[in-house]
Amino acid sequence: MKARVFVTLKPSVFDPQGQTIAEALHSLGYNDVGDVRQGKYFELDLKVASTGAAQRLAEDVADRVLANPVIESFRVEVA
Amino acid sequence: MTHDAAVLARHGLTPDEYARIVQLIGREPNLTELGLFSVMWSEHCSYKSSRVHLKTLPTEGARVVQGPGENAGAVDIGDGLAAVFKIESHNHPSFIEPYQGAATGVGGIIRDIFTMGARPIALLDALRFGPMDDGLNRRVLKGVVAGIGGYGNSIGIPTVGGEVMFDESYRGNPLVNVFCLGIARHSEIVKGHASGVGNPVYYVGAKTGRDGIHGATMASAEFDESSAEKRPAVQVGDPFMEKLLLEACLEVMRGEAVVGVQDMGAAGLTCATSETGSRGSVGVQIDVARVPQREPGMTPYEIMLSESQERMLLIVKRGREAEVERVFEKWDLHAVRIGEVTNDQRLRVMEHGVVVADVPNRALTDEAPVYHRPYREPEGRADLQRIPAEAVAAGPKPTDAFLSLLSTPTIASKRWIYRQYDHVVQTNTVALDGLTAAVVRVKGTTRALAMSVDGNGRYSALDPRQGAKLAVAEAARNVACAGGLPIGATNCLNFGNPERPDIMWQFAEAVAGIGEACRALDTPITGGNVSFYNETDGRAILPTPILGVVGLVADVSHVRTRLFSEAGLDIVILGEGRGELGGSEYLKTIHGLIRGRPPVLDLAREHALARLLVDWASRGVIRSAHDCAEGGLAVTLAECCFDTGGLGAEVSIGRAPNDGGVPGLASTLFGESATCVLVSAAPGDAPVVLREAHAAGLPAARIGRTGGSAIRIAVDGEIAIDCSVGEAEARWSGALAKALDGRAA
Amino acid sequence: MTFAVVVFPGSNSDHDAHYAVEHVLGQPARFVWHKDTSLGTADVVILPGGFSHGDYLRTGAIARFSPIMAAVRDFADAGGPVLGICNGFQILLECGLLPGAMLRNRDVRFHCGFVGVRVERTDTPFTNRCTVGQVLHLPIAHGEGNYYAPPDTLAALEADGQVIFRYVDEAGEVTEAANPNGSIHSIAGISNGSKNVVGLMPHPERACEACLGGADGLVVFQSVVHALHERGTLQRV
Repeated sequence: MKARVFVTLKPSVFDPQGQTIAEALHSLGYNDVGDVRQGKYFELDLKVASTGAAQRLAEDVADRVLANPVIESFRVEVA
Repeated sequence: MTHDAAVLARHGLTPDEYARIVQLIGREPNLTELGLFSVMWSEHCSYKSSRVHLKTLPTEGARVVQGPGENAGAVDIGDGLAAVFKIESHNHPSFIEPYQGAATGVGGIIRDIFTMGARPIALLDALRFGPMDDGLNRRVLKGVVAGIGGYGNSIGIPTVGGEVMFDESYRGNPLVNVFCLGIARHSEIVKGHASGVGNPVYYVGAKTGRDGIHGATMASAEFDESSAEKRPAVQVGDPFMEKLLLEACLEVMRGEAVVGVQDMGAAGLTCATSETGSRGSVGVQIDVARVPQREPGMTPYEIMLSESQERMLLIVKRGREAEVERVFEKWDLHAVRIGEVTNDQRLRVMEHGVVVADVPNRALTDEAPVYHRPYREPEGRADLQRIPAEAVAAGPKPTDAFLSLLSTPTIASKRWIYRQYDHVVQTNTVALDGLTAAVVRVKGTTRALAMSVDGNGRYSALDPRQGAKLAVAEAARNVACAGGLPIGATNCLNFGNPERPDIMWQFAEAVAGIGEACRALDTPITGGNVSFYNETDGRAILPTPILGVVGLVADVSHVRTRLFSEAGLDIVILGEGRGELGGSEYLKTIHGLIRGRPPVLDLAREHALARLLVDWASRGVIRSAHDCAEGGLAVTLAECCFDTGGLGAEVSIGRAPNDGGVPGLASTLFGESATCVLVSAAPGDAPVVLREAHAAGLPAARIGRTGGSAIRIAVDGEIAIDCSVGEAEARWSGALAKALDGRAA
Repeated sequence: MTFAVVVFPGSNSDHDAHYAVEHVLGQPARFVWHKDTSLGTADVVILPGGFSHGDYLRTGAIARFSPIMAAVRDFADAGGPVLGICNGFQILLECGLLPGAMLRNRDVRFHCGFVGVRVERTDTPFTNRCTVGQVLHLPIAHGEGNYYAPPDTLAALEADGQVIFRYVDEAGEVTEAANPNGSIHSIAGISNGSKNVVGLMPHPERACEACLGGADGLVVFQSVVHALHERGTLQRV
């Protein structure tokens, strides 16, 4: 089963990479782009049988390793 | 013929080369074998256009422990230790993908050093870019610098120095030449030889993927969607993997369980197996089915030609396999036996026990074609070597020209760049600010090594032989200014298409110049690299021979910087300014010209100067030393005042001969003469400097004193430049950041 | 007394720390491999700088799961002095031995150079030979040194005197220009509540010899030697 994990910085945390990207876009003329936040995307190939099991496993992995709970939050999608 | 013209062309082989292959192996090659020859006989691997010239270089000397022919060269530095070093290029990939091109270039040269059993302790890079007013060139520079930093910082080898120059001809053809130096005990040096019939051949490191397979296609299959996915991937460097590999390999090599080691760089597994076999006069047989693979369905052709990074080949002593495997397992690395050494001097490739390629290994290596490419001096050189009077009739006032030169990217402070490099890791770097050469101490001894990479493409464009001589001289001089006696050199020769007689002429002349200078300065060439085909649409780069010189400092306390350390010191000029503006930064920046003759060079005088500088440094007779390079005397003097907290200097000089007919004081202030160094000395020591210089036949004169907060230069008694150090330093230190980020750093 | 220097795959200042302790400070230092489960004889534990696991995922995120970290945690819980330098600091944050987290430098670039670092507290084993307000010139070399803590955590750190080092200018003042990476409150290093675990981004082990640019870092190591002498007991784990 495939699970997708999206990890993003919490809203209160300053994102220097996102800001740099936003500035670059503005200098290229994309004035309709406002703020940009950069996150991480993981694709997990899971050897479990059910979507429920995949959801639980992915959440465990995300919580324990993929995201740092001090500064990041995550969301899991199971295919 | 088994392979049609189109297939040969895709493999970069001419019909003549193909005929030679058939003759050497006694039959027509199959497609896999054709692939092996395609990469081994490429210019990059075989040096077919350059070998006849490179053979003329001086490669021997009392200190030479290892000359050209191995993965890197080595010179003795005392106490049973050797400095192992080389320079290599990764030019074309750095244009295509600047970050990864530069990163994998760094990774490649690092492997060349630790494959010899030496722990790498320093990196330097010589970079060339197009002008900074073009967004494309800025992007390439930023990517390259980020890549060098990203790889070097992560693997923990300090990037301690280098140089950058800018010119229109490098637009689209940036140069990224990376120099690496490591230390090993003589007894610990391991060569890239296979030996001992029956000894197992091990593959260690990253898995093999389809990276870097040079556009060659598998067979005549049409391109469809699945083929598109199989297309060669851009090489991505993994410095973490290489760090593990470095530690594991050094650990294994200490145990003496390996007889030969070679890294897999250009031409990957093919090069490593054929070269180790050839060097050891033995054969190597491998089964590609045992090679760890990153992607499914890889063919023997792909596996042999892959240039996946961070992989090494080890020839292990039979019976010691378990010990080797244990070390690699500790570091969580693949270490797989893929074959063995044979006695038939062939490279035999099998797949699941079935032979898929079988050729004499020397056919791939020593018997690659050697070309005597025609060369011819191009027309128009006499005119090129003349500075057109009408173009330089009017020029800016001296102080304005001075400030312009300080803020031109080639001269301006490179701090924006080197601040992104960890130059402190490994705690060997002797304090960075103000060093003209890079200096690292050698732990366990009182010694240090000074290193510099230099090469002025403009001088070489005007006179390739002279330009190359000057490159050797400048690198050696920078090293001597830091207090190091030059003891060895490595060269990276960057040129255009060698099939053009005018380019080949530049190359032949440059090699002749390097040879002459290295002999005169006692800096044998221990190895190097050639990069041809640096051109776009028939327009080549300036011929750019880059020289890396290594110098030995007897005691760390002898190291000198360019900085004036206090007020009240005498400033002495060694050598003399001859007002030479040919190929100068002044002529380029102010008038947009590359014209004239490069500076003259007296190699005997240069040799004497180096020895004096090292001797004075060791006795503490001089406090600082800085060679006059781009921008001439005025810029050199200013640089001695920067990073001192605003300490100025005042000098008075006579007008130099007006070489090139440029009116005004430009020749005197900004002429770039060789064998010319500014030193500072306590007033009691200055007479010693003058006396000993004259005794050695070197012109020398006291021209002024440190002090105040301005840079003041008088010519024939009249003030020509009078500028506060603060203003000059602000221009110099902020220029590159302004050019790259659009604002001062 | 023995300094244990933990080596993770990708550590590169392990040698720097070992050299500073053995050759400059003159105390025995030992490398401890990350897969070991015991620290062996250790009176001080150093988690060195580098790029453990390539800094992949997040700096220190994978190293904190190494087998040795259980022993490091036990050592710290028992009050043993632990110094986390650069990547070592990041690992201590990831495993929760220190509060907060590390972000990319504000200008998204790697920075290497000497900076001013002010000692805020001298009640840790690593700063007891300093004076409050003393400015040390130490080199930094990092791309992710932008320290962050949520508001409550930050307030507690300041109130409890857990901010040990701050970035300052030549005059010893906290200014934005003197902050190389955007760290909140210009924090360069912190301690845990019991003050025995200290993490800092600058590299004191790289500033122990004048010829390399300065020797201000030596006092950090001299302090812990002093602290252990004062304590009179040697920790054995």
